[in-house]
Amino acid sequence: MRPIDIQHMALHALGKNKVQTALTMLGIVIGVSAVIAMVSLGQGAQKLVQDQVAGMGQNVLQIQGQNQWAGGGARGASDQSQVLTEADVEAIHREVPAVAKAAPNVQAQGQFVFGNQNWSSRIQGSNEHYLEIRGWKMAEGDFYTENDVRTAARVVVLGKTIADNLFPGGDAVGQMIRIRNLPYRVIGVLAPKGQSANGQDQDDTAMMPYTTIQKKMLGQALPRIQQISVSAISAEATGPAKDQITSLLRERHQIRPGQADDFRVNNLTEVAEAAEATTQVMTMLLGSIAAVSLLVGGIGIMNIMLVSVTERTREIGIRMAIGSRGSYIRMQFLAESVILCMVGGLIGVLFGVGLSLGIARLMGWPSYVSPQAAGIAFLFSAGTGIFFGYYPAHKAASLDPIEALRYE
Amino acid sequence: MTDASRAPVISLKDVHKIYRTGEIEVHALRGVSLEVRKGEFIAVMGPSGSGKSTMMNLIGCLDRPTSGSYILDGVDVSTMSKNQRADTRNAKIGFVFQSFNLIPRTSAVENVELPMVYAGMAPAERRERARKAMASVGLEAKERSLPNQLSGGQQQRVALARALANNPAIILADEPTGALDSKTADEIMRIFRQLNDERHMTIVLVTHEPDIALHAKRLVRFRDGEILEDRPIKHEDDELVLHAQTGM
Repeated sequence: MRPIDIQHMALHALGKNKVQTALTMLGIVIGVSAVIAMVSLGQGAQKLVQDQVAGMGQNVLQIQGQNQWAGGGARGASDQSQVLTEADVEAIHREVPAVAKAAPNVQAQGQFVFGNQNWSSRIQGSNEHYLEIRGWKMAEGDFYTENDVRTAARVVVLGKTIADNLFPGGDAVGQMIRIRNLPYRVIGVLAPKGQSANGQDQDDTAMMPYTTIQKKMLGQALPRIQQISVSAISAEATGPAKDQITSLLRERHQIRPGQADDFRVNNLTEVAEAAEATTQVMTMLLGSIAAVSLLVGGIGIMNIMLVSVTERTREIGIRMAIGSRGSYIRMQFLAESVILCMVGGLIGVLFGVGLSLGIARLMGWPSYVSPQAAGIAFLFSAGTGIFFGYYPAHKAASLDPIEALRYE
Repeated sequence: MTDASRAPVISLKDVHKIYRTGEIEVHALRGVSLEVRKGEFIAVMGPSGSGKSTMMNLIGCLDRPTSGSYILDGVDVSTMSKNQRADTRNAKIGFVFQSFNLIPRTSAVENVELPMVYAGMAPAERRERARKAMASVGLEAKERSLPNQLSGGQQQRVALARALANNPAIILADEPTGALDSKTADEIMRIFRQLNDERHMTIVLVTHEPDIALHAKRLVRFRDGEILEDRPIKHEDDELVLHAQTGM
């Protein structure tokens, strides 16, 4: 018997029961499109996290001051207390071998005024390494220099959001603006970075030397800093860097063994890895839930095929009597279920791609259609056809022609 | 030429068939020997349970004898595998059933083509042969019709065309007129006789209607798994005898 004739017979048999065929196929369509939509959404979320992680800068650690207090049995911690110093930054930079760059962070709020435009935003004070540590890029102009930091120069670098609001026509660089009633010169505009992981507009910020904030803007007597940003020399070095910084700061802050740290070191790479691992697990979870629906679709096919074998017992008997081998009957039924699954799988792929693009658009997520997921889901559906079609096909092939011919 | 035409197409020697259903043993055939030569037209008669259906299943290669040998067209069937028997059915036997047994929702011409599809014949050739077979039973105009659009007589003619399509060595007809009225039955029997007379087709016909059996040239009667009688039919005097014997 020629293979093309088996295929033709299978198509003919499927065509005879259009409604049944369509309903059976629907199970596979839903299964495949669910797998593709879920995996695509999961991978989209993963990509979103990856982008945000890249936005935090590479191999970044953050050190925050943290005063532990205990009284009357109650314990707690107050964040951002002023325990970190400029000298700590320098020491970390100089003495910790795993650290590439270190930058202090001083934060302030202020109203930015230019002409009749104004905009309230936060200001990040740091040194000249901050741009590189956080992985920012300049859109126009320059970042402030080591000299600006040393002299506490009244210069400011604007985030995209502030620049757009103060200078709707562009041309921010070189202009003088007022912040907290003092004039500052705009020396650059940052390239946009978009939203942060918690949905904040990262571009709604300005940067200036931390010395300028401490001395000119806030007029602090004791130059304390809230946070230190550090970049490790490599991704692998972030772990050692954390340990080395911890022991260095304990020593510098004269903390005795057994006593709690008055600071906290956050390894953002670890956080990023954890976030990525989480989304990966989510993707797999969503994918496997969807795979269950594909499995259910497969069981539906097996069910229908078994019913069909019973319904067509007499036909099978006739076919055997006029000379069909058992294997031809098996091939025909197998072909029916595989065609059913492949066509269903193909429709499911198209439907799933549409679904994932639609959902991504609706949720404002990056639309990402996973070609791998589409390929795997399609192959899986064909495999489902073989797996769940085999038993009914085998049952049909093992019928006794005499019995089958007598079947009413 | 004469010798070849007289060579046995079917040769059963001391064939036994025992069915086992749990503890119960049914001895369906008890030492049946039968030779059918090319061009013969045999009517097999006998009450139900006499073993005639069992023998038809054996001759049709649907089953194997428990003991004894069966040579079909020079080939020993009793030792064949399932697949070999399927191929033998395909190449050498044309079945005609009481209930027509056409594949539903499949056109007449496609039904006729089916044995040739299983034989692996190319589409153009099998379509051509199917058309010829349909013409030979007088159904040229009904190629595209579905079985449920055809009358009983027409369906049986399609089944006959299907049986003929692959040029079988024998045609096995199991109560081919059982579901037809007497006028249509007569038409079908006339085609059988024509095939036998003009194309020297070997035909084995199972029936319990004497009128139908009278179309054949040789009578084999079964009772209790054995051949009771095996003789040529003489049309003049057999009519009364057969009717008397079957109690009709």
